[in-house]
Amino acid sequence: MTADANFSAEAASGTDFLLSATDLHKTYGPTDALAGAGLGVRAGEVVALMGPSGAGKSTLLHCLAGIVRPDTGTVRYRGADLAGLSDRARSALRRTDFGFVFQFGQLVPELTCLENVALPLRLGGERGRAAAKRAREMLAELDLAEVAGKRPGEVSGGQGQRVAVARALVTGPRVVFADEPTGALDSLNGEQVMQMLTTAARERDTAVVLVTHEARVAAYSDREVIVRDGRTRELEATR
Amino acid sequence: MLCIVPSMSIGHTLLGLLETGPRHGYDLKRAYDDRFAHDRRIHYGQIYSTLARLLKQGLVEADGVEVDGGPERKRYAITDAGVADVAEWLSTPEKPEAYLQNTLYTKVVLALLSGRAATDVLDVQRSAHLDAMRELTRRKTGGDLVDQLVCDHALFHLEADLRWLELTAARLGQLAKEIG
Repeated sequence: MTADANFSAEAASGTDFLLSATDLHKTYGPTDALAGAGLGVRAGEVVALMGPSGAGKSTLLHCLAGIVRPDTGTVRYRGADLAGLSDRARSALRRTDFGFVFQFGQLVPELTCLENVALPLRLGGERGRAAAKRAREMLAELDLAEVAGKRPGEVSGGQGQRVAVARALVTGPRVVFADEPTGALDSLNGEQVMQMLTTAARERDTAVVLVTHEARVAAYSDREVIVRDGRTRELEATR
Repeated sequence: MLCIVPSMSIGHTLLGLLETGPRHGYDLKRAYDDRFAHDRRIHYGQIYSTLARLLKQGLVEADGVEVDGGPERKRYAITDAGVADVAEWLSTPEKPEAYLQNTLYTKVVLALLSGRAATDVLDVQRSAHLDAMRELTRRKTGGDLVDQLVCDHALFHLEADLRWLELTAARLGQLAKEIG
C-alpha cells in the first residue's frame, strides 16, 4: 500500500529539510513549466526527479539551484528564502554550497582535466597551487589520476563525465544537482558515474538532486519524486 | 496467444466489469472476451465458478432474473464489499517481477472503465518497481561480478516493465477513448 506525501508549506518550514520548494510556478510564454511543484531534500539524501520529457524536471532543478527564479512559490536553503538573496549572494551560494553535473559540454575544452576540476576553487578565490593540490587529491580519490594532464577531448565520454563529478564535488558542496548525468553514456559507463557520484556524496553527507528518465539511474537514489505537468507527486511505499 | 489475465486475477477482473453495472454470466463472458481474452476465450464454466465464489464471499449478489424469451438468466451486481475489494486490488502494486504487463494492463483498463485514476495504478507500480530496483542496485554494489551480472539481468527486466509502464502512462488518454 502507498500513501501520498503532498508537500506542503508546513512541511517545507520544518527544519528537517536542507533544501525545499513549495508551490513553485514558472511560465515560459504560453507554457506552464511548473504549476505548483514542491519537494524537500534532506542532508545526504539522493532524490531522483522522474517524469516524461517536458514535465518540468529540469526547470524544477534549476529553481532549486537558484539558477532560475520561479514566478511564484518559495525555495528555501538552510531555512533562507533564495528570493531574498541578491544575485551576487546566489552566485556565491552556487559556487560554495552547490555542485553541478550536466549531460553535455560542461568541461572547458582548452583546460586539462586537472585545471577543470580546480576551476571552481579558483573562481572561489583559492590560489593556483592550493587549488591544483586539492583538485589532484580529488582526482586521485576518484581513481582519475591518470587523466589529470589530459584535455577533455583526449579522454573517453565516461572519464569526462567522472571528471565532471570530481569538479562538482571538489568544493565540498552540500548539494549536487545532476541533470541527466548519464544521458550520453552507455550502460557500463553510466553505472560507473552513478556509483561514483552517489558513493562519494553519501560519504560526504552531500545531498544529490538527480534528474533522470532512466529507472536504472533512479535506482541509485533513496527515493523518487514524479514530475508531471509541472506538478510533483511522491508516493511513500511502506518499505 | 495466451489469455492475458492470469487466472488468479479473473475474480477481480469480473468484479471490475460488474462495477460498470449488473450483468448476467453471458454478458460478463462477452465483455471479458472483448477486452482481455484475445485469442483465448474464457470458458463459461470458469465464469460461473468464479461468480459462485464471489457470491459466497459476499462480493457480488443476485440482482434478479432476466427472462427474455429464452432461458432464465441470473443477473449479478457488485456489492459495496466487492467495490472495496476492486479498489484495494487496483491500489496495491503487484510484486515487482518481470512480465507483469498483462496484470497491469488489466488493472489500467478496469481503472479507466470504473472512472478511477489510472495514473494512480501506474504510479503505485512504478514506486514498487523502483524499490525492487534499489534493492538489486544495493546488492550489486556490494557484490562480486557474479552478483552484479545476476542483479543486472533482473534490473534490465524490471526496467523493461517500467518503460512499458511509462509509455502506457503517456497513452492513457488515447486508451480511455478507445475503451470508452
